[in-house]
Amino acid sequence: MHLPTLLFILALLCVFSFWIGKRRALIIADGKHCNLHSLPGYYGYYASLWCAIPALVVLVFWTGFESSIITTLVSRELPVALQSLPSDRLNLVINDIQNLVSGNIVSGEIDPAMRAAADHYQHLQQISQAALTVVVLALAVLGLLLAYRQIHQAQRARNWVERVIMFFLISSSSIAVFTTIGIVLSVLFEAIRFFQAVPISDFLLGLKWSPQMAIREDQVGSSGVFGAIPLFAGTMLISFIAMLVAAPIGLMAAIYLSEYASKKMRNITKPLLEILAGIPTVVYGFFAALAVAPFIRDSGEWIGLDVSSESALAAGLVMGVMIIPFVSSLSDDVINAVPQAMRDGSYALGATHSETIRQVIIPAALPGIVGGMLLAVSRAIGETMIVVMAAGLSANLTANPLQAVTTVTVQMVTLLVGDQEFDSPKTLAAFALGLMLFVTTLVLNVIALYVVRKYREQYE
Amino acid sequence: MQFNTQVVSPVTPLMVCTDIELIAAHDNRKTVGKISVTNPRMRCRNVNVFYGDKQAINRVNLDIGRHEVIAMIGPSGCGKSTFLRCLNRMNDTIDSCRVTGEILLDDQDIYDKKLDVVPLRAQVGMVFQKPNPFPKSIYENVAYGPRIHGLVSSKSDLDVVVESSLCRAGLWDEVKDRLDQPGTGLSGGQQQRLCIARTIAVGPEVILMDEPCSALDPIATAKIEGLIDELREEYTIAIVTHSMQQAARVSQRTAYFHLGDLIEVGETNQIFTNPQHKLTEDYITGRFG
Repeated sequence: MHLPTLLFILALLCVFSFWIGKRRALIIADGKHCNLHSLPGYYGYYASLWCAIPALVVLVFWTGFESSIITTLVSRELPVALQSLPSDRLNLVINDIQNLVSGNIVSGEIDPAMRAAADHYQHLQQISQAALTVVVLALAVLGLLLAYRQIHQAQRARNWVERVIMFFLISSSSIAVFTTIGIVLSVLFEAIRFFQAVPISDFLLGLKWSPQMAIREDQVGSSGVFGAIPLFAGTMLISFIAMLVAAPIGLMAAIYLSEYASKKMRNITKPLLEILAGIPTVVYGFFAALAVAPFIRDSGEWIGLDVSSESALAAGLVMGVMIIPFVSSLSDDVINAVPQAMRDGSYALGATHSETIRQVIIPAALPGIVGGMLLAVSRAIGETMIVVMAAGLSANLTANPLQAVTTVTVQMVTLLVGDQEFDSPKTLAAFALGLMLFVTTLVLNVIALYVVRKYREQYE
Repeated sequence: MQFNTQVVSPVTPLMVCTDIELIAAHDNRKTVGKISVTNPRMRCRNVNVFYGDKQAINRVNLDIGRHEVIAMIGPSGCGKSTFLRCLNRMNDTIDSCRVTGEILLDDQDIYDKKLDVVPLRAQVGMVFQKPNPFPKSIYENVAYGPRIHGLVSSKSDLDVVVESSLCRAGLWDEVKDRLDQPGTGLSGGQQQRLCIARTIAVGPEVILMDEPCSALDPIATAKIEGLIDELREEYTIAIVTHSMQQAARVSQRTAYFHLGDLIEVGETNQIFTNPQHKLTEDYITGRFG
């Protein structure tokens, strides 16, 4: 039986279990809810969960391991000549067999041995499918029967059902956690491989970034120097410029929106501001590269400055505009959340509107505002597209915003785009950079949490 | 005079019955008692307050004398808090609110278009129902008012103002060692006394108190009531309260509000022992409220 059909039947069985479980509970209770420990519906869920969970668990594991088990069985049956092949060749043959089974194009000619193996594979697959159907349905029915027999008046069905639901919730939340752990570990292991080739001190303290490695011995000018400081300096420079734009503008916009704007004005302006956050970063990128960067270069030339056509300033300015909504939206929310009692208290002392905002509302909202700012910083550090297009690729170690710089994320992109060899330090450097970036953002988040908590302790 | 049909607050059927009975007893809701005092601090004449189309206060006339505590009592929604908030124009912060009539502070109309609300609120301070210290240190909470009004020129002057305000609010001994700690860390009663100290620091003439003890326990309430008694020597105090015992304990005059009307005003003793109006009598004997 096909998987969708099986799942459909299982679903039907579950619905039936729910109905029969509920009915059973009602019969036991003589139709009176008060004779039961839990509401009748819980007995239905009880039966339904008993029916579904064991069957689904088996289903998941079975489909998960099916193909590898069958493959092992098939390869064991292969002729000795094929079995003695080196493992990568053997994999190729097995791949061909699987392709034969699913009707895809095969790499070489089909010899009778392979055809036989494919038939064997198909046969095993059919057996497995049939067995799966039988086992799953049997388990479902068994579960139902078991649950049905267990339903009695004093049975604590609600507690049981709620505990099962809690486990679902726990497993859902752990998926996010495990994904994070998985990503960190995968980056970590690649980074460790990189640090085997390049000393960690060279990476962290080196002042020169030039990741081109020589592919042939006689190649010229490909030293492969991996000093990450220029990249982090570039990232910091651009993020700093971006925050210089976004923090004051965002905060003031938030103050206007929450304190001065009429309700109508606010309803129009706030969504408009938030549209800024919805513009794809690549669009910001070419806006920066085609409009802002040339403008800065031209106006720089006009006052006699030497500005490169790709500059940190252009990228930073546009990135600042992009993160305005982060700052303004979050700040607006926290300013609105400051209790009216605070405002009243200040007004009642004869404070003006602006005095109240400066001396009472902003201090009270500060933890939230700081949190919003740090979120915006994380966003700026992780931003790639704008910088690729507007700030250039040359890893200059400079504090001059009029020169081209590059950032961590941009270098990661250039290192990994295209056909790359995954055993050269050049490619692995991307993982080391990723790890550093991850650590940086993590530290920022920890600081943000610390700041928020500290102020909250004081002011609540 | 005709019975005023402009009853504004939502009325329960029970209350409607009471009103109908009262039409027999009193044909109108004209204020009973003596509204005026000689040489008043504040004088209110024909004060109406509207929230949008709803009228919350209906032609209230009342004088507030110097160095007296006047209590405003009445069932919830009767407009006593609204009236109190008119006295320092706190209702300005509510967009839909409109006030007509005349309210004089020392013969100056506080609703005069030319009058700046900032010095008015320095003269007429307010303490709220729930203690609302600012998220600042205890010192800064008290220093806030004198600073924004430029009342002090040096740090040492400010120290003096802060200390004397906290002393008069009866809080100095409890907080003198921790002036730099957040005001929000104090207990509820201490917070409310901090709010009173904050109000005193500006040097007001009148202090409005909107149910200042309703969020406090009996001991803290007793402290605040004692404080109100002492403050009367220097300030005029108008207090809204739900507790009739409190009104009887702290006030010299009492005003009874009902559904936006000022029903009766008089000496506190007389109001509680010998009310003239049927509604007042019903309220203080606990028939409704």
